[in-house]
Amino acid sequence: MEALKAELKNKIITTLNLEDIAVEDIADNDPLFGDGLGLDSIDALELIVILDKDYGIKLVDPKEGKSIFQSIETMAAYIDANRTK
Amino acid sequence: MTKGVAITGMGIVSAIGNTVEENYVSLIENKIGIAQIQHISTVHANVIKVGEIKKTNEQLIAELRLDETNNFSRTAMIGTLAARQAVKNAGISSINEFRTGLISATSVGGMDMTEKHYYDYFEKPELVKYITCHDGGDVADKIAEELGLKGMVTTISTACSSAANSIMLGARLIKTGKLDRVIVGGADALAKFTINGFKTLMILSDDYNKPFDNNRKGLNLGEAAAYLVLESDEIVAKQNKKVLARVSGYGNANDAFHQTASSENGDGAYLAMKKAFEVSGLKPSEIDYINVHGTATPNNDLSEGRALKRIYEDEKVPDFSSTKPFTGHTLAAAAAIEAVYSVLAIQNNVVYPNLNFETQMEEFDLQPQTSLKNKNIEHVLSNSFGFGGNCSTLIFSKS
Amino acid sequence: MKKTYINGVGCISTQKTFDTVFLEEAVVNHDENVLAVIPPVYKDYISPAAIRRMAKGVKNGIVASALAMKDSNVENVDAIITGTGLGCIEDSEKFLKSILDNNEEFLTPTSFIQSTHNTVGAQIALLQQCKGYNFTYVNGAVSFESALIDAKMQIEEEEANSILVGGVDENGDYTTALFKLNGRIKKDNSGPYDVLTSATSGAVYGEGASFFVLENERKENTYAELLDVSIVNTLEENEVEDAIQSFLKSNNLEISDVDVLILGFDGNADFENYYKNLVQNSFAETPQLYYKHLSGEYDTASAFALWMASKILKTQEIPEIIKLNPVSKPSYKTILLYNQLNGKNHSFTLLTK
Repeated sequence: MEALKAELKNKIITTLNLEDIAVEDIADNDPLFGDGLGLDSIDALELIVILDKDYGIKLVDPKEGKSIFQSIETMAAYIDANRTK
Repeated sequence: MTKGVAITGMGIVSAIGNTVEENYVSLIENKIGIAQIQHISTVHANVIKVGEIKKTNEQLIAELRLDETNNFSRTAMIGTLAARQAVKNAGISSINEFRTGLISATSVGGMDMTEKHYYDYFEKPELVKYITCHDGGDVADKIAEELGLKGMVTTISTACSSAANSIMLGARLIKTGKLDRVIVGGADALAKFTINGFKTLMILSDDYNKPFDNNRKGLNLGEAAAYLVLESDEIVAKQNKKVLARVSGYGNANDAFHQTASSENGDGAYLAMKKAFEVSGLKPSEIDYINVHGTATPNNDLSEGRALKRIYEDEKVPDFSSTKPFTGHTLAAAAAIEAVYSVLAIQNNVVYPNLNFETQMEEFDLQPQTSLKNKNIEHVLSNSFGFGGNCSTLIFSKS
Repeated sequence: MKKTYINGVGCISTQKTFDTVFLEEAVVNHDENVLAVIPPVYKDYISPAAIRRMAKGVKNGIVASALAMKDSNVENVDAIITGTGLGCIEDSEKFLKSILDNNEEFLTPTSFIQSTHNTVGAQIALLQQCKGYNFTYVNGAVSFESALIDAKMQIEEEEANSILVGGVDENGDYTTALFKLNGRIKKDNSGPYDVLTSATSGAVYGEGASFFVLENERKENTYAELLDVSIVNTLEENEVEDAIQSFLKSNNLEISDVDVLILGFDGNADFENYYKNLVQNSFAETPQLYYKHLSGEYDTASAFALWMASKILKTQEIPEIIKLNPVSKPSYKTILLYNQLNGKNHSFTLLTK
């Protein structure tokens, strides 16, 4: 689980070009959207592709992302429970 | 109230017909043009539905009598077809007789050829001629050449509101006396590029689109081209021309909210409509029919609905419908085909049905017109909104 | 009818055109057939959160527009009008390649969003929170002039008092390779590349972003009055002079009134007669300038020329590096710009002090 979280942090930083942010800057429970990391709806679509491409999880409705992408913690838990690869 | 700029000709090719008449018959007989994709091979073929023009490129080439050295993209072919119809409909025999311009619109130009040949260009010299098709202005340049039009030619690309802006610019060029006659409109052929682009935004429906329905799931893409001929009152008087309707109002504003999404309260849409009313001198209550943008994405219909509620304050919103369940969302051509439909609504005194509507949205009490309705139509308002916050409104009036 | 004044300029180009006076650091590159912009420090203008998804053209457009706004001391404009030939072509390439390479799977929206032609104008509006009129023109070599015509009309009709107008294009690797293949760009390894003495077809390519603040009043910092702009889709070589004469006449001017003629020579030997006829005949006694040896050829390169013309009228100086002929004048009042691409999309722009 810890490895998965670290992996997710790295992926988010690279995929979303968060140049000024390091893995250490993201706490497991920090909100990813809004006041936390400041991600937006376009980033959410990028995260949905990460789920699909790297973990074999397909979301049909972008609204599903809302609860999944609350934090690294929730994202990792969802992936752990639903991953197909 | 100003009289507005005369429309003297129209031409259209869409999923519901290859002429103005065919389009009208489809609209009043509920013949929809949305189906499984035929002309493009895509992995999404089974999950999306689209509004395709019922002609292959080969058929279009034959109809346009293009020789085999031609480098027309599908967008340029359908654009030329529609523009020719419009010029013929306006009874124009000598295109450069007056100061005549062409203002076209497109989102991705000749992307259909670019994506088809992208990796083959270096191996197949016979394809190299298609490289220039990618240019946004290529469609307008080709239409101008086919029409023999030598003067002012330009192209607007503001995503899904593009053609509204070409009609707006054309009307302004005539109003200010810079040109006597302008052919305005837009063309967009379906492309894998666009299909996948909208797919990544997760706003494509796997079903038939349901504008303003509480359970709407997104849009169906379509392809189309439509052009209208705008002429000065001097030409109309001199040549005793029949005026089909008039462009009486226009407004453009930017939502300045998000790169793709519309703001919750529809600021851009509200401002565009407000400006169009100012230009036309009409009151919102004088509108008899609103051809809404109504793409059936959750975001657009909510934002547009809120903007309508703001414009109409405590008054009743007039009969409105989206014609996108018939044609699909034809992007840069959408406002042009909907301009043709608006003129037809005025000429025939009809409100088209908003197909597929079942359940009113929970956010407000807006119910589109769901069946064909006959009533006197003096003024039609048509909305078009695009990515990048580009919002445009046109008002058409009986001459 | 209100007049239109250029009150602020901003230019990002293949030369050092920011933090400089006027082309004093310009150099002609004879060795390359594709020139790249000299990038500004983007982070001085754009926040890290905003910049992370931006295409090169968007970044250049934002910086050039910020420079123009600052130069004009204008904080808000009523409208934003942009011209671009190919938009953010790098992102178009990226998205198209990922469609083709991944068989339409695992695609992400960012490059699609950045690829739409209106993204530069839209993102400037978003940053400035400008809810006014916002158009993007995409018609090859007249994309920028279309924007100028529109802006001028807005000011004349008093629909807007201040307008940000600009031209922006960027190079993409695959597209430049395609342009070398179809001859729009000169062949690799055929240098030295020279715009004036070239006997080959194709051009040396470039990229850039030039923005201008247009207003309806003359101010202390005014560069020039924009007298008129005209675009013509098709002209034969022997029709250009007549077109210029009637354009000047409609502004109550004659050829002898033109103090500087700026031409779009791009080294394409196939179409240079459009310019050469003017240079050798009717405008032989007029100071003549060229610029694409500095900016490179691209659809909105003529916006670089307008930046140059604005600077000349303000400074009353013409750098040697842009002179086509040795003719000079004690003062420069009226400038005519003429550009075309491959015999199509001709534009005429007239400025006065």
